[in-house]
Amino acid sequence: MAIGQAAPRDERTGRPPPPEQPRRLTSPLVLTLLLLLLVLLQSPIRRALSAPMMQSWTTVFVAVVIQALPFLVLGVLLSAAIAVYVPPSFFARALPSRPALAVPVAGMAGAVLPGCECASVPVAGALVRRGVTPAAALAFLLSAPAINPIVLTATAIAFPRHPEMVVARFVASLLVACAMGWLWQRLGRPGWMRTPTHAHHEGRTRGAAFWDSVRHDVMHAGGFLVVGAMAAATLKAVAPDSWLRTAAGNPLLAVLALAVLAVVLSICSEADAFVVASLTQFSLTARLAFLVVGPMIDLKLFAMQTGTFGSAFALRFAPLTFVLAIASAVLTGAVLL
Amino acid sequence: MNRQSQAAVLFLLGVALLHAGTTDLYLRYVKAGLQPLLLASGSVLIVAALATAWYERRRAKEMRAPKGPAHPEPGVSWLLVLPLLALMLVAPPALGSYDATRTGTALQEPLAYPSLPATDPLRLSVVDYAGRAAYDHGRTLSGRRVQITGFVALDRAGTPYLVRMALNCCAADAQPVKIGLIGDTPPVLQPDTWLTVTGTYTARESRDPVNDGRIPFLDVLTAKPVPTPRDPYDESYNN
Repeated sequence: MAIGQAAPRDERTGRPPPPEQPRRLTSPLVLTLLLLLLVLLQSPIRRALSAPMMQSWTTVFVAVVIQALPFLVLGVLLSAAIAVYVPPSFFARALPSRPALAVPVAGMAGAVLPGCECASVPVAGALVRRGVTPAAALAFLLSAPAINPIVLTATAIAFPRHPEMVVARFVASLLVACAMGWLWQRLGRPGWMRTPTHAHHEGRTRGAAFWDSVRHDVMHAGGFLVVGAMAAATLKAVAPDSWLRTAAGNPLLAVLALAVLAVVLSICSEADAFVVASLTQFSLTARLAFLVVGPMIDLKLFAMQTGTFGSAFALRFAPLTFVLAIASAVLTGAVLL
Repeated sequence: MNRQSQAAVLFLLGVALLHAGTTDLYLRYVKAGLQPLLLASGSVLIVAALATAWYERRRAKEMRAPKGPAHPEPGVSWLLVLPLLALMLVAPPALGSYDATRTGTALQEPLAYPSLPATDPLRLSVVDYAGRAAYDHGRTLSGRRVQITGFVALDRAGTPYLVRMALNCCAADAQPVKIGLIGDTPPVLQPDTWLTVTGTYTARESRDPVNDGRIPFLDVLTAKPVPTPRDPYDESYNN
């Protein structure tokens, strides 16, 4: 890592180092050496990973990354397009000027982003950068992965005998998204959120700015995606399934257990309904909590939010989202299920 | 990591996605329906890598410093090398008996029991057989020889199961569906061996020790080892 930080210094000065100075270890060199070393050590690495538990860990790790990358790329392309081609005045016209009204409008707009949570983080970052009020961008960030048509259809297919689950998921998720937006508008301080900065685009072509944004976001959010995937794979490989059985008996514990499970498993919001549908020993309300919490906050998302908005933001935003999501799920469950 | 190395990582990542998507490798990790998205995103990553290298070269030629303080490039990007290596060098196999024995059976009551073709032996998936046997008391299976393909898993007591992992999106959400084997089972059963088993319905049933789910049984007539199928997962819950 120390070597990785040495390289940008060259970039900050913007000039290639003077030729008479001995060159430091640059990142392309480190990368080449690292790759060569790993190719040479191929067979010991393979042997170390051949134990069933390690194999299972690696498979889940690779699966989470491969599954999320296409959606991350989609979100990154969208966010680059917003950052480069959509003028800030567009959002000023499209969203109501009063933040209190902009929040529910942005929350509803989440219904049109067809993807899972990996796509919504970079798009929300681009919206803030383009001058959208953070409260509205956050409502969009929370609602988009939960209430888009793909996710709702998947929920309907996973719960063929309980169509009310679809309505409950939609209502509970939108409720949390708007509540979080309004809360942020009331209580949030500008200093908590590190506004995503990008190099200025003046003096460069739009193409250069677009691809620069794509490169930066994939490398950045992708790195945090890897952190989240490692955490999810570890917990799936280590935590035994039998823990869940003991929790299912107590209604309060059941809700909490599935909410925590949603955070830990970090499953894509397009698939979570199928997973939780098979946990028939749990009440519908507990399963709703899983569906509301999962798309809004999980390990992978927390890592990605830290990367995009800074840790001061994520440490405040994530726990509050978690609590509100559970409350909203219980409330909606009591009324609808 | 400077921009040249970033371009290299992006390029390799794109190549890895294209490699996984054009071979059957991706089927070990994600559902078959994700293939077009994998290929598209792989291509986008390669274009992004080429564009980065191209603009970087032009910038170097013009010797132009970027305006204002440059955004420090994040060290976390180095982690992207890990999935690259896991995919290209290790290429871990699809989930097998280790996860199957640790996770409860995900068998759900089928919505309907469509009538079966009159072929003999009748080819069925693990999920289809288990659903009909457990929830329809084998009504549509009586007097039929059925043929099922899955991998072997042994529980602590040594009872053999024929298992298929049911997958909805990616391996992180894969859950096993299990059928117990009795009758003429092979004397030595290695976990994770793929078998095509021919047998008949039996009313015997047990409960999964992990989640108390229903596990129907199959009375085995013959069992023969087969290579791992192209798609090791059962994706019927998707449709």
